[in-house]
Amino acid sequence: MNKLKLKNQLSAQLLLVIITITVMFPIVYILGLSINPDGRRPSELVIFPAKPTLANYAQVLDRPTANPVSFSQLLSNSLMLSTGSAAMSLLIGVFAAYAFSRFKFVGRSFLMSAVLGLTLLPSVAGLLPLFILLNRIRTNAAMVGVAMLVLAILAIVVFGMFLLSRIRNREAGGWTFVFGLGGLLIGALLLYGGIINFAKGAEEEFILRNSLYGVGITMISGGLPFTIWYLKGYLDTIPKELEEAARIDGASFNQTFFLVVLPLAVPVLAIRFFLSFMGDWTEFYISWQFLTDPKDYTLAMTLWNIVGQYAANISWNIFAAYSVVVALPIAVVYAIFQKQIVGGLTLGGVKG
Amino acid sequence: MRGSSNANSAGIWPYIFVLPTFLVMGLITFYPIFFNVWMSFTNFQLANIRLENPPEFIGLANYIGILNNDIAVVKIADFSFWKHLFFNIWWAVSSVFTTLIAGILIAIVLNVEGLWFKKVYRVMFILPMVIPNLVVNTVWRNMFDPTSGAINLALMAIGSVFGLPREMFEINWLGSIEHPIGLLFPWQPMPVTYYAMLISNFWRGWPWVTVIATGALQSIPKELYEAASIDGATGPQKLWSITLPLLRPAMVPAAILSYNWTFNLLDIAYFLTGGQPFHETELLVSILFRLVNEQRLYGVAASFAVIVFIVSTIMFLLTNRITRATESYDS
Repeated sequence: MNKLKLKNQLSAQLLLVIITITVMFPIVYILGLSINPDGRRPSELVIFPAKPTLANYAQVLDRPTANPVSFSQLLSNSLMLSTGSAAMSLLIGVFAAYAFSRFKFVGRSFLMSAVLGLTLLPSVAGLLPLFILLNRIRTNAAMVGVAMLVLAILAIVVFGMFLLSRIRNREAGGWTFVFGLGGLLIGALLLYGGIINFAKGAEEEFILRNSLYGVGITMISGGLPFTIWYLKGYLDTIPKELEEAARIDGASFNQTFFLVVLPLAVPVLAIRFFLSFMGDWTEFYISWQFLTDPKDYTLAMTLWNIVGQYAANISWNIFAAYSVVVALPIAVVYAIFQKQIVGGLTLGGVKG
Repeated sequence: MRGSSNANSAGIWPYIFVLPTFLVMGLITFYPIFFNVWMSFTNFQLANIRLENPPEFIGLANYIGILNNDIAVVKIADFSFWKHLFFNIWWAVSSVFTTLIAGILIAIVLNVEGLWFKKVYRVMFILPMVIPNLVVNTVWRNMFDPTSGAINLALMAIGSVFGLPREMFEINWLGSIEHPIGLLFPWQPMPVTYYAMLISNFWRGWPWVTVIATGALQSIPKELYEAASIDGATGPQKLWSITLPLLRPAMVPAAILSYNWTFNLLDIAYFLTGGQPFHETELLVSILFRLVNEQRLYGVAASFAVIVFIVSTIMFLLTNRITRATESYDS
């Protein structure tokens, strides 16, 4: 393997330049369109507009569609849904993943094949029964507020006691704090939501199906099996000797989990969080089927409102600016952590 | 053996760890699935959403209607389960093969020693895979517009260099009822839209293959190539007898994974093609979503969901068997 011959070098470069053009064409086109002041449909291909403008972005960030809902409302709905359901499925799933990875118990193999089988269920196949069932859960905003307040107090007490006991036993490592404070944060959010809902009073009807909570529950239902399977695959690779050593030193199962395993799993928890987040950020079908009130709409639903069958009169440069805005946060994080994410994806795939 | 020693000493702990997850899953996953199976044996419709108005039990009628392409049951024009299934399988197979071959070849070119601008290319080539699927498909839908879409405008611009008329490139990518290459499957030729799907998925798909193949290529020891050179092997010989066999253990699982993803790639059938023309480019999952969202035939949709689950499981088991068969190869 000496130096590449010039002829081969040049032909490889030519090939790669052609590939680069095909790769970059849609991206450059949509970026160019997004700064194009002319909203009419083009009859000639324009890559770089003569008078670039940021006005399209300004309009998108103000109010992207004719629906009476602002961009910040859409953004906060999408953010709450995707962070909330990603965090909840991690929080719920990590314990089961640990038990599957480390313990032998009655029903283990049955439960594991049930979880694996569920990962084969396309997410859209799971939305129908929850649509019907959650539609039956009806109450009023005040009751929702009360339920959320109860949950908030529960979360705050449980995580607060967890933190306090760790601190008193002088076992509090950095990740114990992250876990405990993360739980307290969820408690605080629940508290906030509870107060807001309670203030709305008993007159406002609440249908779980027609709310972001219903969509979130359905997302968690679809995401949990993947989370469990993915985390189990990683926990299997952590040497058991570490926990044995801790056990010999007198640590309980609980302690080995929080003090030995959880800190080691933080990077993979972060990747899994991002993967779930990424999926939920552009989740469309559940929210499209469940939500009817424009103030609950998400960024993904609005993208379809801009481009889909109801969008004849929305100009293309607005669509372009909007799709850049939706794609950008995911693209940036993905590009930065690309190596870890792809490694994790294949790990999960091979193990599955 | 370690598991059993744990089982003796762990006592109640495993159950405490598993309990919260399975309480939640029982409530929001397992119970709804049983409910779905029950629904699939009924004529559940919009009117039955209220509890006071339970649906009628109709046995296997939904399943029989779906498998017999009965439009009176499914109420989607041109519905034909077996045609949709065949299209779905062929779509997944063809898109995996095209992305796999291109992805591996590009990875090999990018791995050549002494190539200029290697890092620049690698950075640019990951861009398609970092963009969310939803955005990719809506953007391609826009670019495939017959009169103002970027694809046709670009083809016109290139064509005018060779003196070709503009009308030649007013291709109706997403709505044409023509089937350009009829020879492939005479009983079910692929519409123009299928090729549009293939193009957009190719754009998005090969960079992922390249990333995985690059990782595998870099783990092949250089000494192998040096030894082969000393023995007088030519470039193509080295490719066939060293590179490709050693790529296989990494690429087979990647291909399987990508097959199972592409098989249920609802985004492409919903956002890019919308099933056009005449529901010919519909995937099973997109039919399922239409049954729920547009037809509101919840009982039929529940049966369809069960069928989709069974088909997905069969696909998974089949592809898994292929992985197993190839695993013995390198051990």
